[in-house]
Amino acid sequence: MARIRAFENAAEVASQGGVQAWGLSASSTPALVRGPLHLSTGQEAVATGVCANLFREDLLTSTHRGHGHTLAKGADLNRMMCELFGRSTGYNRGKGGSMHIADFSVGMLGANGVVAAGIPIAVGAAHALKLQKKPHIVACFFGDGAVNRGPFLEGLNWAGVYRLPVLFICEDNRISATTPTGPMTAGDGASARAKSMGLRCEQVDGNDVIAVEGVAGELADWVRHGNGPAFLHAVTYRFKGHVSVDPGAYRDAKEVEQALANDPLRLARTALLEAGEPAASIDAIEAAARIEVEVALAIAKSSPWPDPSTAYEDVMDTGKGQWR
Amino acid sequence: MSAAVTTMTYAQAACLALQEAMRADPNVIAIGEDLGRGGIFGQYRGLPQEFGPGRIIDTPISESTIMGAAVGMALAGLRPVVEMRVVDFALCAIDELVNQAAKNRFMFGGQGRVPLVARMPIGLWSASAAQHSQSLEAWFAHIPGLVVATPSTPADNYGLLKASLASGDPVVYMEHKELWGIEGEVEPGATVPLGKARVAHVGRDLTIVSWSRSMHDCMAAIPLLEKERYSIELVDLRTIWPWDREGVLESCAKTGQLMVVHEAVQAGGFGAEIAASVAEELGIRVKRLGAPRIPAGYSQPLEDESRIGAAKIVAAAKSFLG
Repeated sequence: MARIRAFENAAEVASQGGVQAWGLSASSTPALVRGPLHLSTGQEAVATGVCANLFREDLLTSTHRGHGHTLAKGADLNRMMCELFGRSTGYNRGKGGSMHIADFSVGMLGANGVVAAGIPIAVGAAHALKLQKKPHIVACFFGDGAVNRGPFLEGLNWAGVYRLPVLFICEDNRISATTPTGPMTAGDGASARAKSMGLRCEQVDGNDVIAVEGVAGELADWVRHGNGPAFLHAVTYRFKGHVSVDPGAYRDAKEVEQALANDPLRLARTALLEAGEPAASIDAIEAAARIEVEVALAIAKSSPWPDPSTAYEDVMDTGKGQWR
Repeated sequence: MSAAVTTMTYAQAACLALQEAMRADPNVIAIGEDLGRGGIFGQYRGLPQEFGPGRIIDTPISESTIMGAAVGMALAGLRPVVEMRVVDFALCAIDELVNQAAKNRFMFGGQGRVPLVARMPIGLWSASAAQHSQSLEAWFAHIPGLVVATPSTPADNYGLLKASLASGDPVVYMEHKELWGIEGEVEPGATVPLGKARVAHVGRDLTIVSWSRSMHDCMAAIPLLEKERYSIELVDLRTIWPWDREGVLESCAKTGQLMVVHEAVQAGGFGAEIAASVAEELGIRVKRLGAPRIPAGYSQPLEDESRIGAAKIVAAAKSFLG
């Protein structure tokens, strides 16, 4: 959690002036992290608690807000930062950036620029694992906004029909871009919809990392033992705007204040202190995370840009060279 | 070691290609609606019995997830064949094909591959009206990352499907719904490379480039034009992307005139791309013949307005050649 928070904070600073939106103009000096940067600040406990139950060979699909999932699945922080900086040393060689952060080598099959688009992909990957008789599972993260898209219904139904090893995680930050999700959702929302399709479903305080870790663990075991898909509804809060340059001024100040008091890192600290962990060791973990990120920033800044010719690589093999 | 040349239908040729690929590679599977009964056009007939429901997979009516699941399956090591029934239904799976399958390899810096073949039959067929009759090959030719194949004969349906399954790229594979029953010779084991056109008829006055069902209209038009002493060279493009630029240019350089004929709507059709490319390269006269920009009508006289047919080809060629 500390590493995710440190990463998000650093990326946020590096992205200022990167996007023209919300009445802001782009800075005259280009931002180090350009383009839309969707921060998961405040949602760290969901990624951390769920991924603590995954093996390296398990697969994961993510959302546009995917840095936390990627780090928690075991990706290298330096290569992630290099990708955000658009450098050739990034995971995607500068071709994807934040919105497409991925590390296939640890089973992280990608963030996605389209809401709910990871759901069918996760379901298909799980279908393959089942056909291949592999013991692994797929963790499929999506937000509360995704429950109003068609692929949510199709994907959950598909996973139920074929009894696939998927753990769906609805990371419910209560807002769809800049619009509160509640008034946009008929009926009782995410959990009710999952239950209606026969999925085992649990709800959890998504800011309580210990609770998330426990419930996700139970569900992951259940999925891993061939019982079919399960659904975790983790309620959390997005501290920042939709993208990093969005001040999020459309939200109720009291709601934000309340959410900040429920900071998952603060809750974890309190729990650790109560369990007898010395404050100094928690401070040390947070300091180490900040140092790790400082190093990553330095590496990213000094890493080479991709050669323009690489724009023509990894497009397709058939007809390679026919660009017009 | 190719087996004896056999006469079979366009549908049987596709079946044979898939059967051979599935026998050779356990990772090749097929998913789509109604496949358990051999597919609505019989293009999977016999395969459910041989390979079982684990490899010929019946699915819910969920086009988005059929295509999206195929992306996930491909990333996890399978080589899925996706059946969309008709291209019109594939429009429910556009995000999964265009944003996910086509871009995955590039967007993630080459970390993964999406070797899927998405079959989406095209064309006017049995008075099927506006939502079951379209030819949308140009849409997909516009998308970097996708291969687009449009076989016109049983031999090509066999060879191009095999090549598509072997390509490792996401392929939009467009069979024509009025061609399923046509018969032709197929040589098992023969390959048809993607991106290579076929000269179907040799001539010297005019190059006609066509594909899919329109090829048969062109073949019917040629004797009529020859009667009037026009010598026509007919090129079956076979693959829309990558299209055989060299082959087309070679024929056009010889004849000095080009007409492109396709069943798709003419405006913004792939014929425009070919005509423009040939005009840029060779500076010769070019002509397009495609459907008017109207939805396909149900009633025969209305549907006929969207059909090309030999008579319209003859008339267009004669007026172009003067």
